[in-house]
This record gives sequence, structure tokens and C-alpha cells, in this order.
Amino acid sequence: MTRPISKSLDIPVPDGDSERYSLRMGPQHPATHGVLRVDLELDGETIIECTPQVGYLHRGFEKLAENKTYAQALILTDRLDYIAAMANNIGYCVAVERLLDISVPLRAQYLRTMVGEMSRISSHLLWLATHALDIGAMTVFLYCFREREILLDLFEELCGARLTFSYPRIGGVRQDVTSAFVDELQRFLDIFPAKIEEYETLIDTNRIWLKRTVGVGKVTGEQALSLGLTGACLRGSGVDYDIRKHQPYGAYALVDFEVPLGSDGDIYARYRCRMEEMHQSVRIIQQCIDQLPPGPIVGPDAPDLVMPNKPRARIEASTNIYGTGLIKLIRDRNLYMSGDVYVATEVPKGELGFYFISDGNNRPYRMHIRSPSFIHISALATIAKGELIADLIANIGSLDVVLGESDR
Amino acid sequence: MEQVAIVDRLRAEFPDEILSSYTNQGQTAVIVRPGRIVDILRWLRDTDDLRMNHLRALCGVDNVRRKEPGLSRFEVVYNLYSIPLRHEIRVRAEVGDKDPAIDSVVALWTGADWLERETYDLFGIRFDNHPNLRRVLLPDDWVGHPLCKDYPLKGKEEWAGMTELLEKIKELDQHGFDPEGHAHGQTAPDQEDDL
Repeated sequence: MTRPISKSLDIPVPDGDSERYSLRMGPQHPATHGVLRVDLELDGETIIECTPQVGYLHRGFEKLAENKTYAQALILTDRLDYIAAMANNIGYCVAVERLLDISVPLRAQYLRTMVGEMSRISSHLLWLATHALDIGAMTVFLYCFREREILLDLFEELCGARLTFSYPRIGGVRQDVTSAFVDELQRFLDIFPAKIEEYETLIDTNRIWLKRTVGVGKVTGEQALSLGLTGACLRGSGVDYDIRKHQPYGAYALVDFEVPLGSDGDIYARYRCRMEEMHQSVRIIQQCIDQLPPGPIVGPDAPDLVMPNKPRARIEASTNIYGTGLIKLIRDRNLYMSGDVYVATEVPKGELGFYFISDGNNRPYRMHIRSPSFIHISALATIAKGELIADLIANIGSLDVVLGESDR
Repeated sequence: MEQVAIVDRLRAEFPDEILSSYTNQGQTAVIVRPGRIVDILRWLRDTDDLRMNHLRALCGVDNVRRKEPGLSRFEVVYNLYSIPLRHEIRVRAEVGDKDPAIDSVVALWTGADWLERETYDLFGIRFDNHPNLRRVLLPDDWVGHPLCKDYPLKGKEEWAGMTELLEKIKELDQHGFDPEGHAHGQTAPDQEDDL
């Protein structure tokens, strides 16, 4: 006796001419830039439902920071967005300085602005490299890493680290720049604009690149605001919001630069914004080098790193600043003013905000990190819905997310 | 608009909702009751001369060890910014001591979705009318809410999923997948303290 196989195996029968199925992309996937998992509901190649899942890199920084002194918690910020650690450090320091009312000398402000922009270029280079690689342009990857290497060498020259810098300190920066560093940086600035044009010739006239980016992943300005997008993702949709202009910190109020804006809100517009931002960063760094004022690099009331010239509150000067001084600080209560502040800085990914509550102790009572990547990933569900699965890769790349920052 | 002026407008519009206000380091905050939070934030967003269209941050706070008197144990903090008018304000909503809950603002900002999920995940604050309120950073079967002040830094117990995973690895090791026990099955005695 023979029976039709389809009955015994219970093969799903296509519903009309479509067939829905679900697919798990990640968490181990080269195009998710970290450990991001995306659960997809597909109809053929069209995404019906896209559910990003994060948390694989959750290390509890907010809880950890509550148990560390302000100076100790600085190193945690290196591990947020590890591609632009310098920008995270600066964001943290700016926020703590506002919270505790610590002044920063002008030279340190300029140095921070300078390294912050170097960090932006280095982050954008890595973004361009991997984004292009995801879409299929291998050459750009190698070109970008060539220039990024120069920047990493410069960072190493500056503070000894290539990835996790902790170079800015609360109240200033750790070390002064050497003339060799400035010369090397100047050489980089001289060649870099030509290099950006080199990348552009590789992809801007590339028909495949244009087909995969123009009109894909569209977000209107209103949508972008509602989704909470910031940085190049928001500016690509034509909303003029750059914290460096809106609420300047560091030396941004003293240097001249423009904020590039897109209008279409697609992947191509975000790409153009970031490319223009690199040109602007070069401009900012150049001005920082030219205007760099002499003077101290750490403020007089910076905690933990250097004992203050004029003793403040109950801090006692000690010969061993890293040993005894720190212990004294930990034991002391009611050292600082209490209150809360929210301070945001413009990191390469978008708006990185720190919401601090101090209750007078030398540790933050609460530290909330508003990480742009977390919000950008949540926006993926809206942006990718209804598009093709191949464009999901382009969208993830275009949102420029780093999972370390998202999961904290 | 000056931040203090915004507070005055808020007081005039919602006299029963505003509990107090203060300014710290040039940033003004209002403490409000949770009941009409969606109305307050919608008013701040849609009023013509305020236009607070950017929700910068949304997070929870556990006040149990704070020295200031009169605060409820949990609160939700909204940091708002107006991109066209360049002013900001902070709204702190008191959400009670036990079983804290507040209305969701996802209807106003889609981006609040994950921020509220995160707050629920780490503090246990419930957001009513949220489309999909479940944990986001921690696994679904995690016990407790880590950012509460009574949650110990090192956690309370091993997560059930981790225990299962270790058991599974041990079981697989018996079948020769890792005959020398390099992976997680056997730990050297001096490492046991770390685990």
C-alpha cells in the first residue's frame, strides 16, 4: 500500500504564493558588528517582523560605577564604545566635571577636542571599512585600516594605549603632547583629505554601492526624532542637531566647523554625512594645533590624580597620591556637592549622555548611560521592516552600532 | 526659554501634578506625580513655544539610600530637549515604594520602547500600556532587578541558564568532546574561588 509522502511528513504547504518562515541571525554573525541577534520573520526575502535582541555583552557598568570612585569608574567608559574610547572618556569627564564643579584648563580643553576628533575619524574609518565590506566592497576595508593604523600609532605615542586610552582625566588630561606627536599629527592631517577622496572614488561612482544605499533604509526627520536617533543617523534625515554646536563643551565653541546635513534620510545620506564629518574633523584638529595655548593640563581642583594646590574640603595632600590619597578619599564622606546633572557629548555614534546623581559621597549614587547604540538598535525594528533581508545588513552597518556600548 | 520659566508654565498648566522644582548646575528639574505623566510630556512636546521634541534619556532611580528626605523610593527621570528652541528640562516622576508603576510614553516617542524595557529590567518599574514589556539586557528568567540598591553587587545566585549550561558541558565532556577537561567541566582547585 502506498501513501502520498506529503501527508506522512507533514510538509508545510505554501499559503498562496508566499511562505513565511523565521530566521535567527546572530549572535555570532560577521555583519552584526558584535554579538547582536536579530530574530526575523520573513516572507520570501522580505522582512515582515524584525526583533533585535541585545544583552550578550551586558557587564553591569551602571551598577559597577556606583561602587567605584569617580576616578576609578573612568576606565569603565573605555569599554563602552571601544572603537572610540577617547570620545567616551571625554563624555564621562565632562559630565563629572559639571556634576562636581571642577574646572578644566584651556590647554586641556583643546587637547581633548583634538583627541576627540581623532577618535571620531578613527571610528568613522572603521565604520566605513566594515560597512563597505558588508555591502561587498573589499578594497575600501584595507584602505581605511591603513589610515586608521596611523591614528592608532598616534594614540599610542600620546598615552601608550591603542584601544582603551583613559587619557582624559577628571579635571584635565593625563599627559601633555610632545612636539614629535604634533608633527606626526600634522603630517597625517596633510595627507588625510586626499585619502578621503580616494575612498570616495572607490565607492561614490560604484554602481553597486549606489544601488545598495540610495533610497534604502529611509527614515524621515520626524521618524528619526521619535525613534531617538542621534548623530549622523539623525543629521542624515535633515535634523540639525549636533551637541558640539548646541551645547558646546571642550573647545568646540572656540573652533570653526560646520555640521553636515543630509536630506533623504537613507543609507547614502548617512554615509555622506559621515564622510563630510571626517573633513570637518580634520579642520577642527588643524585649528586645535594652531591655537593650542600654553598652560597646565590638569585643573587645580581635579580629584585623585593630583592633589590640589589649595586643599579643598577634607582632601589631604600625601606623598603617595595613588595609595594613601585615594584611600583617604574613599573614607571621606560629604566631599562633593550633591545633586544631579545630565550631560551629553557628541561621540561618533551619536549623543552619549551621562545622568549622574551625587549624594555628596565620592562615588556616584547613580550613573545612567544614555548610549546611542542601544537606541539605534531598537530603531532597527522599524527601519528594516518591509525591506529585503540583504538590506538589513546594510541597515545595521549604516546605523553604526557598537554592542559594547549598547549593552553596557 | 529660560528653564525656570518653563517650570512656571508647567505649574500653571498642571497645578496639582507638580510637587517641587530646583536648579542644580544650571539644570532645572521638576518633581511630579506619576498619574498624568503622559499628559505632561505631551504638553511639553506639543506646545508651540516649548517643543521638547527630543527625549534625551529615560531612566529609573532607586532612592532608598538617598539622604534627601521626602523622596519616594523609585522614580523615573525624563530628560527632554528642544532641538528647534535649544532648551532643556528634567522631569522626575515619583512612582511609589512598592510595586512601582507609571504610564508608558511609547505613544509619544517610539524610541522610549527599549528605554522603558531597560528600566523595567533593571529596577522592576512597571510601565502600563507598554506594547512589549519584557527584559531587554538580562535573560527572561533572571531573578531580581540588579540596579535596586538592595541587590548585592556580586548578585544573589548563579543564573539558572548558566547552571544548565555547565551541566550540559559536563555531560558532553563524558562523551569525549573535551577529553582533557580543558573547558568548563573541571576547574583546577585554585580557580574555584573565582567562580
